[in-house]
Amino acid sequence: MQRPLSRRALLRGSAVMTTEIGMAKVAFAAGQEAAEQGAAAVGPDAVPITLTVNSVEHALRVEPRATLAETLRGPLGLTGTKIACNHGACSACTVWLDGLPVCGCMTLAIEVGTRGVTTIEGLAMGGALHPVQAAFIEHDAMQCGFCTPGMVMSCAALLARTPAPTEDAVKAAISGHVCRCGTYPHVVAATLAAGARKA
Amino acid sequence: MTDETLRRETFPAGILGAGLGTVERDVPPDEPPPLPPNAELALIGKPIPRINGVAKVTGATRFTVDVSLPGMLHGRILRSPLPHARLRAIDVAAAARHPGVRAILTIARPDDPDASVVRYVGAPVAAVAAVSPNAAEEAAALIGVDYEKLPFVTDMDAAREPSAPPVYPPGAAPPGHPSGYPARPDLPVNGNVRGPATDHRGDTAQGFAAAEVVVDGEYRTQVQTHCCMEPHAIVADWRDDGLTVHMSTQFTAGVRQELAAAFGLPLGRVRVVVDGMGGGFGSKSQLGAYGRIAVVLSRQAKAPVRIALHRDEEQMDSGNRPGTWQRLRIGARRDGTLTAISLVSYGTAGVTVGAGVGNNAQALYACPNFESAQHDVFTNGGPGCAMRGPGNTPGAFALEQAIDELAERLSLDPVALRDRIDPSRARREERRIGAERIGWQRRRPPGADAGPVKRGLGMAQSIWGANVQLNAGCEVRVMRDGSVEVLSSAQDIGSGIGTVLAQTVGEVFGLRPEAITVRIGDTEFPGGGPSYGSRTTASVTPPARTAAWRVLSVLLREAGLALNANPADLVARDGRIMVRGDAARAMEFRAAAARQRTDRISAVAYRSDDYGGFKRRMGDAALAHEDLGGVQFAEVAVDTETGVIRVERVVAVQDCGRPMNPLLLESQVQGGVLMGLSYALFEERLLDPHTGWMVNPNLEQYKLAGARDAPAIDVVVLENYQGNSATDAYGIAEPSNIATAPAIANAVYNATGVRMRALPMTPAAVLAALGKVPARS
Repeated sequence: MQRPLSRRALLRGSAVMTTEIGMAKVAFAAGQEAAEQGAAAVGPDAVPITLTVNSVEHALRVEPRATLAETLRGPLGLTGTKIACNHGACSACTVWLDGLPVCGCMTLAIEVGTRGVTTIEGLAMGGALHPVQAAFIEHDAMQCGFCTPGMVMSCAALLARTPAPTEDAVKAAISGHVCRCGTYPHVVAATLAAGARKA
Repeated sequence: MTDETLRRETFPAGILGAGLGTVERDVPPDEPPPLPPNAELALIGKPIPRINGVAKVTGATRFTVDVSLPGMLHGRILRSPLPHARLRAIDVAAAARHPGVRAILTIARPDDPDASVVRYVGAPVAAVAAVSPNAAEEAAALIGVDYEKLPFVTDMDAAREPSAPPVYPPGAAPPGHPSGYPARPDLPVNGNVRGPATDHRGDTAQGFAAAEVVVDGEYRTQVQTHCCMEPHAIVADWRDDGLTVHMSTQFTAGVRQELAAAFGLPLGRVRVVVDGMGGGFGSKSQLGAYGRIAVVLSRQAKAPVRIALHRDEEQMDSGNRPGTWQRLRIGARRDGTLTAISLVSYGTAGVTVGAGVGNNAQALYACPNFESAQHDVFTNGGPGCAMRGPGNTPGAFALEQAIDELAERLSLDPVALRDRIDPSRARREERRIGAERIGWQRRRPPGADAGPVKRGLGMAQSIWGANVQLNAGCEVRVMRDGSVEVLSSAQDIGSGIGTVLAQTVGEVFGLRPEAITVRIGDTEFPGGGPSYGSRTTASVTPPARTAAWRVLSVLLREAGLALNANPADLVARDGRIMVRGDAARAMEFRAAAARQRTDRISAVAYRSDDYGGFKRRMGDAALAHEDLGGVQFAEVAVDTETGVIRVERVVAVQDCGRPMNPLLLESQVQGGVLMGLSYALFEERLLDPHTGWMVNPNLEQYKLAGARDAPAIDVVVLENYQGNSATDAYGIAEPSNIATAPAIANAVYNATGVRMRALPMTPAAVLAALGKVPARS
C-alpha cells in the first residue's frame, strides 16, 4: 500500500532525476516523458512504455510502481531473473542496462527508457553459452541455482570491462551477491578460468 | 525373505589409504553384486558436472516462484504485529469489498479458544487471495483486527524466571516435535520451561571424583535463520478431481502425505511437484501454515493460488535455528582419559520445541560416565525448526571448545588428546590428513604474535548420524529406442542428486550420464524420501542401482540370445553390450533394447536394509551403524585493535561412505563451511524486547558471509567403504557445517589466548572479550 505512494511521490513534479544504482546512471525516462507532455506525475494507473530486452522491443503497459524485475518476470515471462530480497541487498535480480549490472528490483520499469536490457536469457548467444556460463558448469559454481543467474550476470559484466581480472576483482564484483549455498569459491574459480580463457 | 535366499558377497571395506580390506555380507538375491572401489568405476566417484547446469546458468530452471498457471491468484497472509495478543474481533468486510479479492480466510478466530491467541510477531492471522500481488496486499491491509495485548517475553533468560509472562497457559504447550532434542513427548512443563530431557550412563559423581582435571564452562549460541534464496513458495491448484501442488519443498512425498491427511484426500489424488528448489536447509521440510493456507484459498476460490513469502516473512516466520545456553563440565585423568561429562542446556525455539543441543557430548568421545539435562524454553518468538545439523551445531560449539580447553589444561596437543579419546577410525584419519594440510606443526602457544594482528590455528570435530530413508525408491526404465529414464519423487535441494542418479544408472548400463533422463521432484514417481538429515544419496542411490541392474538383467537375456552367449558372460560398457573378453561379439545397447517385445523394460526398487544391519530404526527411517565423521581445521587472523576476525583458511576433511561425485561434494562441503563461518562470525536474529519485532528481518542487517569473507577452503572426502548397500553411499550436508564454528573459536583462542564462549564472534564481542570495551548486556 505504501510503495505506490512513495514511488509516485518520488516522481511527482520531477522533470529528470538521476540516481546511482551500482555503476549505472539511471534516468527517470518516463518522468521525462511525462514532463514533456506537461504532466506533473504518472500513475497510479498503468502507463505505456517500450522496453528493449535482449535486443527485442516490447511495447507494454506497466504501473509506475512496477520494478524492472517484476516486469521481466511477469508480463515478459523472463523468469530467469530472480527476486530474493526485493530490497537491493542480495543482487539475485541483477540484469544489465546498456551492459552495466543493476538490481532489477531497485529499478522501475518506467525509468529504463531507451537503454537496452540484457537478462540471463539473453546472455547465451545463438545457443552458445557465454564463457562464464560454461565455466560455471565446469567448476560447479552453483548449488540450488537461485542466485546463479544474477551471479553470472555480474561475472560476465566484470569480464566485459576487465577481461583477465584478479581474484580480488572477482570477489569485489560479486560482493553484493548473497549465496546461501556458499558457492563463492567455485564462482571465483569459474570466473578466473573464464577470464584466462578469453584473455 | 528367509536367510537361505540371501547371497554371500565380498565387499570392499575400510578407508582407502588407511587399511582398505573386505567384508562379507549377505545380500538379497534381487540386489546387484558389490560395487568395486571408485578407482575401478567409470562414472561413480568421478567429478561429473551437474546435468542440469545449463538450465541453471541460463535461467531456464523453473523454480516454484516461477510457476504461473492460467487463472492463478495471489495469496497474501496478514500477520500479527504483536508478540502476544488475544483477538477480540476480526473484520474482513472491507477486504471482501476489494474488487480484486476472490477468497478470504481467517486463521486466528476470536470465537475459537484454540485459535484466538497469537504468540509471536508474524503469526498468521488471516489471508486473502486476489487477482494480483498488489491487490492481495491491499486487501490484506483492509482486514481490521482488534487485539487485546497480553504480556510477552522474548528473552530466554527472562522467560525462565518464575515471574515471566507465560507463553502458553498450563497444559497448552506444544507436545514433542519430530526434529531436534529434547523433543520427546510427556516432558514436564514448568512456567515457560519444558523438560528436562535427560540421558545418563555410568555414575558422573564417581567420574568427577576420579577426575584429576575438570573444565567447566558456559556457552551461548544465537538464533540463526535459514535465509533460503528462494522464499518459501507454493502454487496450490485444487480441482474436483484432485489437488496439485507446486512447492519449494525438501520432501515432496511427505508434503503429499500431509496434504492427504489434512484435507481428507486419497494419496492418489494429491500430487506434489518441485523442479528447481532454491534452498531449504531444513526449513522446507513440511507443508507449513502458508502451504495449508494456499490450499484452503484455492479450494475456496476454485482457482490456483500462489503464495511466496516476502523476505521479512522469511526471516520472522519460516523457521530458525534455536538459540541455546549450555553448561558443560568434563572430568579427565592426567593422561587425557575422560572420566565424566555433564551437560545442562536451555534453548529456545520460540513458541515451539526442539531447541536441544544434540548428541555431541554424549557420543563423540569415549567416556564411561555421562549425564545430560536439556530444556526447551518458550518465548514469544517465531517458531524454530530443523536447520543444517540441528542440535549438534550449537552443541559442538560448546563441546569442542571444552575439549580444546581440556587439552591445554593437560598440556596435550588437541589432536593428540582426540587421538586418545575418540574411537572413530574415520576421524583419526581425518585428523591426520587435516593436520598435515593445514600445517598443524606451525601451531604456537596462545597469543604468540607480538603485534596487534594475531594469528592462530584451531580444529574441531563433528558427529552426525548416517540417516537412511527406508521407503525411498526409484524406477528405472529402458524404452525400446534405448533411451533410459530414472524416476523418483526425490527432490534436488541443490546437492545435485539428479546428477548422482544419472551417474549411478549410467554406471550400470555402460552409458554416459547425459544419456540418462532424470525425472525427479514429482510424487507421480516412486517415493524418494526427504532431502533432510543428509539422507538423500544414502536413500535413493541404492534403489536406483538395484532397479537399473534388474532392468539390465532382462536386457542381457535378450542380448544373450542375439549374441549366442550366456547372459552371465555379458557386460554393458561404452554404449555396447559385449561378451566379456571377446569385444568382437558385441551389440549396441540400443539394438538390445530394440529387441524388446514391450515398449519398455521397467523396474521399481526400494531401499533395502543396510547389509550390515542398522544401529536403530525410527519408523520409515534408520541409522547406519557407523556415524558420519568430519574434522575441520581453521587458520585465523584476529585484529585485536578492531576486533575483526578473518578466517584465512579452512581444511575440511569429511566422510560419507562412498563419495559419489567429488565435484558436487566439494561444493556442498564448502557451503557447509561457509554457513558455519557465517554462524560463527556474523549472523544473529535480533528481537526487540520492547515490541517483539525482529529488527533485522532482511538480508542487509541480518549479516551473512559474502564472497570477501570466504577463506580458502580445502576439501578432502575419504573413501570409507562399509559394504552396506548397492552404492554404499551416505550424506555429507550437515556434518560439513557442524565443526566450523568451534574450529574457528579454537583458532581465535590460539591466536589471542581469549576464549569466545558466545556466538556470533562479532568485533564488539572480540573487543569485549579482550577487555577493550564493556561487554554487551
